Amino acid sequence: MEDKGTLWLPENASTYAGDVDALFYFIYWVSVVLFILVIGAMVYFAYKYRRRSEADRPQPIKESKLVEASWVVVPTILVAIVFTWGFQVFIKMGVAPPNAYEITVRASKWNWLFEYPNGARSNELHVPVSRPIKLKMSSIDVLHSFFVPAFRTKQDVVPNRYTYVWFEATRQDTFQVMCTEYCGQQHSTMLSQVVVQSQGDFNTWLAENLIDESATPAERGELLYNQQGCFACHSLDGTTGSGPTFQGLSGSQRAFTDGTTATADANYLREAIINPAAQVVQGFAPVMPGQYGTTLTAEEIDALVAYIQEQ
Amino acid sequence: MSAATHSDLSQRPAIHYLNHEKGLWSWLTTVDHKRIGIMYAIVVALFFLVGGIFATLVRVELSAPGETIMGQDSYNQAFTLHAVIMVFLVIIPAVPGILGNFVLPIQIGAKDVAFPRLNLASWYIFMAGAVLAICGWLVVGKVDTGWTFYTPYSSEASDAVLWMTSAVFVAGFASIFTGINFVVTVHKMRAPGMTWNRLPLFVWAIYATAIVQVLATPVIGITMVLLFLEKFMQIGIFDPALGGDPVLFQHFFWFYSHPAVYIMILPAMGIISDLMGTFSRQQVQGYTFIALSSVAIAFLGFLVWGHHMFVAGQSAISSIIFSMLTFLIGIPTGIKVFNWVGTMYKGSVWLQTPMLYALMFLFLFTIGGFTGIMVGVLATDVHLHDTYFVVAHFHYVMMGGALIALIGGMHYWWPKITGKMYNETLGRIAALLVFVGFNLTFFTQFILGSRGMPRRYHDYELLLEQFPEFAPLHFASSIGSWILAAGLFLILFYGIHSLLRGKPASQNPWGAVTLEWTHTTTPPDPHNFHHTPLVTRGPYDFHLADDVFGPFHTGDGAGDGVGEVTEAPKPEEA
Repeated sequence: MEDKGTLWLPENASTYAGDVDALFYFIYWVSVVLFILVIGAMVYFAYKYRRRSEADRPQPIKESKLVEASWVVVPTILVAIVFTWGFQVFIKMGVAPPNAYEITVRASKWNWLFEYPNGARSNELHVPVSRPIKLKMSSIDVLHSFFVPAFRTKQDVVPNRYTYVWFEATRQDTFQVMCTEYCGQQHSTMLSQVVVQSQGDFNTWLAENLIDESATPAERGELLYNQQGCFACHSLDGTTGSGPTFQGLSGSQRAFTDGTTATADANYLREAIINPAAQVVQGFAPVMPGQYGTTLTAEEIDALVAYIQEQ
Repeated sequence: MSAATHSDLSQRPAIHYLNHEKGLWSWLTTVDHKRIGIMYAIVVALFFLVGGIFATLVRVELSAPGETIMGQDSYNQAFTLHAVIMVFLVIIPAVPGILGNFVLPIQIGAKDVAFPRLNLASWYIFMAGAVLAICGWLVVGKVDTGWTFYTPYSSEASDAVLWMTSAVFVAGFASIFTGINFVVTVHKMRAPGMTWNRLPLFVWAIYATAIVQVLATPVIGITMVLLFLEKFMQIGIFDPALGGDPVLFQHFFWFYSHPAVYIMILPAMGIISDLMGTFSRQQVQGYTFIALSSVAIAFLGFLVWGHHMFVAGQSAISSIIFSMLTFLIGIPTGIKVFNWVGTMYKGSVWLQTPMLYALMFLFLFTIGGFTGIMVGVLATDVHLHDTYFVVAHFHYVMMGGALIALIGGMHYWWPKITGKMYNETLGRIAALLVFVGFNLTFFTQFILGSRGMPRRYHDYELLLEQFPEFAPLHFASSIGSWILAAGLFLILFYGIHSLLRGKPASQNPWGAVTLEWTHTTTPPDPHNFHHTPLVTRGPYDFHLADDVFGPFHTGDGAGDGVGEVTEAPKPEEA
């Protein structure tokens, strides 16, 4: 992390980040110069033509057509330049090269899940350096937005359609991923990392993160617990988050907000994953997303139940 | 009253609009536009205080990494309530409600607005909306959606959100009725000789605003009705689970809320035009351009909503077109700034408190405008969207523009409204505190945002590893907010002091030449004018205003509020 960027912009690490930065600084410096001219004139006039006597009554001045024309024409030319420039870079940022490597992104409250063509899954985005990457993104609940400041890229992630973003990382490092579309309680912790690796390291990592077919249901449940971001609300060590801890959950008596109680057996756990709003445990708000019944397969739900029962 | 002569005007009247009827009931049933303006002033000031307290809480929470004074849920509610209150209950009603009501009819030489009872009804409807919002928040439960109420988050959030959206729906009617009232008033109630070319620019601005209020506000009402239909009748409009489209909500929302930006800023531009003219004693440059560009901006404002959605998932073609249209609006706005600065050229510039706010407006609004270009350009917006850069940008426009102009306008018309002067020295100190505090608060947020800090984050501790600079920048911004708050409380203090102990104001302490200063007493008569004024000059024709600066008249403009005028001014022609 030697490169700390400039005063105004963070480090840049994608192929088009330099184009964005050049445009940013062009607008910035034109603005600074014009601002100094306008405010300079304002301060100068306020001093030069300050009131000297209460009876001051200056004669009206004739407006100069030349001056007026210049302050119509000059701004028009300047915005035409920045519009065209911005439009060109926008197209470059928007159109992924045809050979881009595609990764699927699933956003949910409050988790990022990245899925690779070979079936590997991870909460961290691992990408090979110097290779165009295209993300195919969708949300299982509310709006989210994928933002990597170092890449100068951002795109909202919406529930009912795919949105796309592409980038090509220019060096091996780790960069911050943030959610920038407000998505509720834990919006500010919906973070991840992009780990940019050499192609070789990336291939090794990809193989390691393949789903292990020989794993027990509880082992697969543990993987899902991490990938689906269950940990954001449900701890394993007894601390209370937005949802109840999983520690000692299985077999315990649960008291609900409607006054009823139940024993946390496998059927209860299954129901609580598929239809979390049906029975809300006392002391908690009904904030858990209701889509897991459709986004997880029956096997995955079984695996999670098995994992929770082990805690 | 009919036999009153002009020489009466400089004397303090025994009977005026503040004392001709007494008691709370006389206020609650008044149809006098001046009293309704004051009723708006009182409630808007209260909401400004509440919204400001939420802002301060937000800044305290962000002053240090980690949880400082409140948790995630409380923080999300605090920034939502700050924005909902400031947008819907402060900035949108403020200038039309307070100064539009008080000043506009007098400036055009009318006895009242066209529909005085409708005007009172607007105030009550506005209050009903405010009560719904307060009930929703205090009684029903948490509102943590942000002021934008984006679906699907807002449709799955608590019922209190529906109370808030119904509050927005109801308050919208107040805005529509006020708009209709002003449009008709400006068309039908102008005094003889008050041609369109002689309208003060404040009137032009309120007129353009009124058009937007009438045309745009129904859209937010419709949007809120659709939210209700979806919630209670399960008709899929915005919710993808029912087959709706969440991005459609954003289109609806910004189709109102972008024009609403002009509901907020156009009246402010009107105030600045009047202040620049009066305190430079010079014709406002480019009068026709400023007047007509207000109307042009009002219409163009309907065509740029998509620039809030460059990365929301709308098509690239839409984004490109919206970006281009955005610049069409940016150019006339820039030219207005040049005209205001040019107004001081060869003028007689008097740096009283209202003028300090006008110059502050030019400084802050220019920064707001340039950063608006930055977020209007497609490629840079992708990086800056939904970061603190945008937060800073709209605070420079909405607070540095709209609210600073409102504060300047309140200082300017305060003597006319209350009949009292305020302490000029304290006024200047407060202006300095506001200026320093505002820039420290929000300029640091530009840097935060362009370096990557996302908006609506309760905490940034987890980001510090890669962005260590966020901590000192947030801290500086919080310090700024406290300086800003100190300045605003100082204004509150000397405002109350002025009401209780202020020196009596003269008829025309600033030497202005528009009708509210030249043809009414201070405070004004219940019926504004003793007889209908005949207008013979433009609003900034200081060189023709012998009745203010004539040979028998040493001129007001002492600013101390005790200008004694004994000689009769030149009689009005015809």
